Amino acid sequence: MFNTALSWSDLVFLAHGAGMTLAVTAVSVAAGTVLGVLFGVIRFQLGPYWAAPLTFVLDVFRSVPLLIQLVLGNALQSIMKLGWPPFTTSCVVLSLYTAAYCTEIVRGGIDSVPTTTRRAARSLGMSWFQDMRYIVAPLAIRVSLPSWIGLTLGVMKDSALVLWLGLIELLRASQILVTRLQEPLFILLICGAIYFIISLPIARLGGYLEKRWSPND
Amino acid sequence: MIEIENVRKSFGQLEVLKGINLTVKKGEVVTVIGGSGSGKSTLLTCINGLEPIASGKVMIDGTDVHAKSTDLNKLRQKVGIVFQQWNAFPHLTVLENVMLAPRKVLGMSKQKAEEIAVKQLTHVGLGEKLSVYPNRMSGGQQQRMAIARALAMSPEYMLFDEVTSALDPMLVGEVLDTLRMLASEGMTMICVTHEMKFAREVSDRVAFFHQGVMAEIAAPEQLFDAPEHAETKKFLAATH
Ligand SMILES: Nc1ncnc2c1ncn2[C@@H]1O[C@H](COP(=O)(O)OP(=O)(O)OP(=O)(O)O)[C@@H](O)[C@H]1O
Ligand SMILES: [Mg+2]
Repeated sequence: MFNTALSWSDLVFLAHGAGMTLAVTAVSVAAGTVLGVLFGVIRFQLGPYWAAPLTFVLDVFRSVPLLIQLVLGNALQSIMKLGWPPFTTSCVVLSLYTAAYCTEIVRGGIDSVPTTTRRAARSLGMSWFQDMRYIVAPLAIRVSLPSWIGLTLGVMKDSALVLWLGLIELLRASQILVTRLQEPLFILLICGAIYFIISLPIARLGGYLEKRWSPND
Repeated sequence: MIEIENVRKSFGQLEVLKGINLTVKKGEVVTVIGGSGSGKSTLLTCINGLEPIASGKVMIDGTDVHAKSTDLNKLRQKVGIVFQQWNAFPHLTVLENVMLAPRKVLGMSKQKAEEIAVKQLTHVGLGEKLSVYPNRMSGGQQQRMAIARALAMSPEYMLFDEVTSALDPMLVGEVLDTLRMLASEGMTMICVTHEMKFAREVSDRVAFFHQGVMAEIAAPEQLFDAPEHAETKKFLAATH
């Protein structure tokens, strides 16, 4: 096992792949979260009836397999002659996919804040926005954080599918090495370890924040 | 002055307030008693515009609460309300709970807001609890914090909705004492309560609600000792 043909430059190649995975994940989770918060607030404010069209669109993004979304998204951008490189297309599709899940997380978080607490805030003369900013947001974030961390870790793994658009991210980089070196177990082990290492800080951050907040509620 | 004129309010098919008329003058303490579901809480939430009304009028110092042009956020600064459930903001310390609205709504400096918050919290006997989180306090303490939080906005009117109903009997006294203190300081108050002894003591007038109607309103001695309305007699007999 230690008698491997894997060279230093192959490891650098894997690291580049991991960098791509991180870049796609970071952009998608950031944009998806911003959109998710926006849609989540809209969904909550409109109520299930008026938000139905939005909910329907988001349900489509949640139920169609990501691979199909990526391929269709790529086809769509080329039909529309947008000329997006694969990275942009990947990020746009993954952002919408993330936003669809994030919307539900945000709506659930807002829902968890008791109406009586919000009433108390409004009765002190706070505006809708101030109530959202100083009461609802901090309380909803505490409730939503574990799901959001789960979503982020999920997106990081799902982002492997962008290899279908030709991006060389971590999994694709490993595949290339496997084909060339014919050492599938060893290389996939390293690949898995790298996924684990880049996920760990995010998972720990969640645990840390939960612990920090828990004595207060 | 709070002027309530012929206010009607429904939830769906159910008419909860059937034409309420009540005027509360500056410095007056009016308590509201009545059976469950008679519309007492609803009336309070209509007074500060938390609930819309179907018809009639609520005027506070000449401002029509339910007019479209009224800035409710501004109006609520002078009408404090405390609810049955104490509604602390759980992510903030006691001091921060009380400072939040003065800072964000009135735009006070941190220093000034803190000064006022400490003063109000000391006033209700929580001067030692400033940096504690609400979940570490008893119901009575949380309720007194809610009162201090409302008072920190320097309201001219206070509405209390059964502020002792959710408390252990042991803790009722400390909260009622706080209300008594406010009454003696000349605060204009409308208190919904089930505490008859308290109502008799602090009220200038007591109103009895029955099925969305203010069946009777009179000075406490009059209402408790010589009630005129049959339903009032029935209610008082049942609560003794
Ligand atoms: N948000 C609401 N939606 C629907 N119905 C409501 C709502 N709030 C109150 N009601 C109904 O209106 C009626 C009056 O309620 P309200 O809370 O004003 O009574 P109350 O006199 O305060 O009673 P209690 O002593 O139990 O607090 C009740 O029948 C209640 O079920
Ligand atoms: Mg009530």
